Amino acid sequence: MGRRVTRQEFLLMSAGAGAGFVLAGCGGAPEDNPAVQQQAGAGSGEEYKGPKVDLSFWNGFTGGDGPYMRKLVEEFSSQHDNINVTMNTVVWASYYQKVPAAVSSGEGPDVGIMHIDTVATNAARAVILPLDDVAKALKLKESDFVPVVWNAGIYEGKRYGIPLDVHPFGDFYNKDVMKKGGLDPNEPPETKDDFMGALEQLKSEGVQGFWVPTVPPGSTWLFEAMLWQYGGDLYNEDVTKAAWNSDAGVDALTWLIDLIKNGYSPENVGDGADLVAFQNGNNAFYWSGIWNINPLRAAGVNYGAVPLPQIGSQKATWANSHNFVIMNKRGQDPNKIAASKVFINWISTHSAEWAKAGQVPARNSVRESSTFQDLEFQSNLAEQLPYVRFPPSVPGIGDVQLTALDPAVNEALLLKKDPKTALDESASQANQLLKENRQKYQA
Amino acid sequence: MATQEVEATEARPPLSKNLAGGGRKPTDVNPLTPYLFMAPYLVLFGIFILFPVFYGFWISLHNWDYLLPGKPWVGLQNYIDLFTPGSPTSGFFWQSMEATGKFTLFSVPLLVVIPLLVALILNQSFPGRAFFRTVYFAPYVLGVAVVGILWRYLLDANVGLVNYYLGRLGLPDDIAWTNDLPWAWVALVGPTVWWTLGFNAVIYLAGLQDIDPALYDAAKVDGANRWRRFLHVTLPGLRPILLFIIVITILASANVFGQTYLITEGAPGDDTRSAIMYIAEQGLENFTMGSASAMSYVLALCLAVISLANFAIFRYRED
Repeated sequence: MGRRVTRQEFLLMSAGAGAGFVLAGCGGAPEDNPAVQQQAGAGSGEEYKGPKVDLSFWNGFTGGDGPYMRKLVEEFSSQHDNINVTMNTVVWASYYQKVPAAVSSGEGPDVGIMHIDTVATNAARAVILPLDDVAKALKLKESDFVPVVWNAGIYEGKRYGIPLDVHPFGDFYNKDVMKKGGLDPNEPPETKDDFMGALEQLKSEGVQGFWVPTVPPGSTWLFEAMLWQYGGDLYNEDVTKAAWNSDAGVDALTWLIDLIKNGYSPENVGDGADLVAFQNGNNAFYWSGIWNINPLRAAGVNYGAVPLPQIGSQKATWANSHNFVIMNKRGQDPNKIAASKVFINWISTHSAEWAKAGQVPARNSVRESSTFQDLEFQSNLAEQLPYVRFPPSVPGIGDVQLTALDPAVNEALLLKKDPKTALDESASQANQLLKENRQKYQA
Repeated sequence: MATQEVEATEARPPLSKNLAGGGRKPTDVNPLTPYLFMAPYLVLFGIFILFPVFYGFWISLHNWDYLLPGKPWVGLQNYIDLFTPGSPTSGFFWQSMEATGKFTLFSVPLLVVIPLLVALILNQSFPGRAFFRTVYFAPYVLGVAVVGILWRYLLDANVGLVNYYLGRLGLPDDIAWTNDLPWAWVALVGPTVWWTLGFNAVIYLAGLQDIDPALYDAAKVDGANRWRRFLHVTLPGLRPILLFIIVITILASANVFGQTYLITEGAPGDDTRSAIMYIAEQGLENFTMGSASAMSYVLALCLAVISLANFAIFRYRED
């Protein structure tokens, strides 16, 4: 029995302390990495002429998007005799824990994908390398990309991410349900009045047209999109204070709650229930990420996808973006970095294929290609690019959402707390967390 | 090592050899031998338990992110924060401890009593007994991920099977099992009982089979009915097993993570976010490992106190 106790204790310790990989030691600062010092002269990014190298490429494309990326990677390897890329997928939920641990022990990937809102955190933690010279070697500049995405990859004046795609929220509408509810399935609502009218019409036919998700992160993303539409923002200018408890935030959250209270949405919509209902023809509108395009098609849903209707005072939508990053591996071979540049450049210019996985390519030239223009839903949702919004590029910003905002929005949408109280309380928690993060990442 | 042993034997005065009658006494072994036999375990114990215990405590005295160059020493600040209302961690931490406490309180009695009843039934001889023993144990072989996701969908408020069948039976069909209180506790405790009762039942069953049948015969001769036989033969016979079950069930329940992470996802708000879930979030997602380690020690200390109390109560009864 004594053994049992100590084993339990051990589990606690290891859960709390992550003691296992703490032993692996710490990667040095990027400037200590010899590969970085030599990097400037290492290859133009157009071509790699060095000895044969094997690159390890990690990402979290475990869904329907995985096969598309794998195909691109295989095509790349077959066209490059001296670069062989091995792709490894890890679910996103544990990706951001595994990659830092692997990189710091020198075992991790050479190239990886990271979401735009995690780039700053990983830059501050010396997991990834600055890529300014990569951008220079590849002659990439702001005008080649959507500006908001291009600029979000910068942390403390240095570039750490090369954008691959943007994946915004969009309005998925079930054509069969709209028809059944007496709506024109070819005229999805674009304004608040249209949308409310459609919901009222559906309600009169006994359909709850828009299921409001309550479980994060989907619920938080929806709230953020509405917050931005109502003219608010998540944080103040220098990201020292949470600003989501502004009037705009309260109005946005109240609008969502009223959808539930007025019966346009059921109460207590659980994780994934809104998607299940949409697929089963029980609701008409599903506001979620562009990555749903293929799964919904595979499920045989007769649907369309357009930009979010404008509910607030301005157009806005939530989005995120996959970015290429190069890992700060100990003892990295400069040849691998040179080869990585070639790989990133190649995938980036071939990202029209990637768009088929349900993405909007970040590169303007690719978006303007006919291959992309022919993808109806993708190009519909790409219309939102001028006004897509992200969380700010500040290290540890994900923690603040996870710890403070997620539970607050959840409680408000479950009708457990009134929106003003929930947002105020979480904002003051967030202010403390932001202060802690500043101390942590400056120390 | 071998030469050392030879020397030691040769250096011994001949007298003792004579007294031992020429052969080696069982106690006449190299004093290192028992430790060498234990060494393989001790090495693992040292690396994976002893060292992390001390290292974890060391971590808890710093603001620790294993990748940041600066890991400032903060002394007991992480602990002080946990006990200071209004600090960034104390509110969340004690909320999660409360959730863990509630889960333990609701699940342990059920997991002590129901498996005992199951074991008593399965200890009878009836056709198909082996089959039912397997059936009750079967869910235990599932991983928590399977159990969690399975029940999250079964219990979904709007698209779940459970509410569907409740509706068919004319009962309320809009209970938000996974994100309303008190139903979320049902959604956590119910599947946990279904999932792990087989394990406890098997241990009870082994205990029941260890009780001498002669005692039952004697009790029958004395005119004891079924209930009396249970009270005066079965229960006392199961006492050590009962202690074992209570202790491990409390520890397992207090370490609840997977169910809260997958079925309720902490909802509503963070009312069902367990201590381990919060510690894992802090340590492994937010990388505030110093503070997470401090929480682990506070939790471990609480569990140690509870376990000691259990032993004390059972010892007292034995006297």
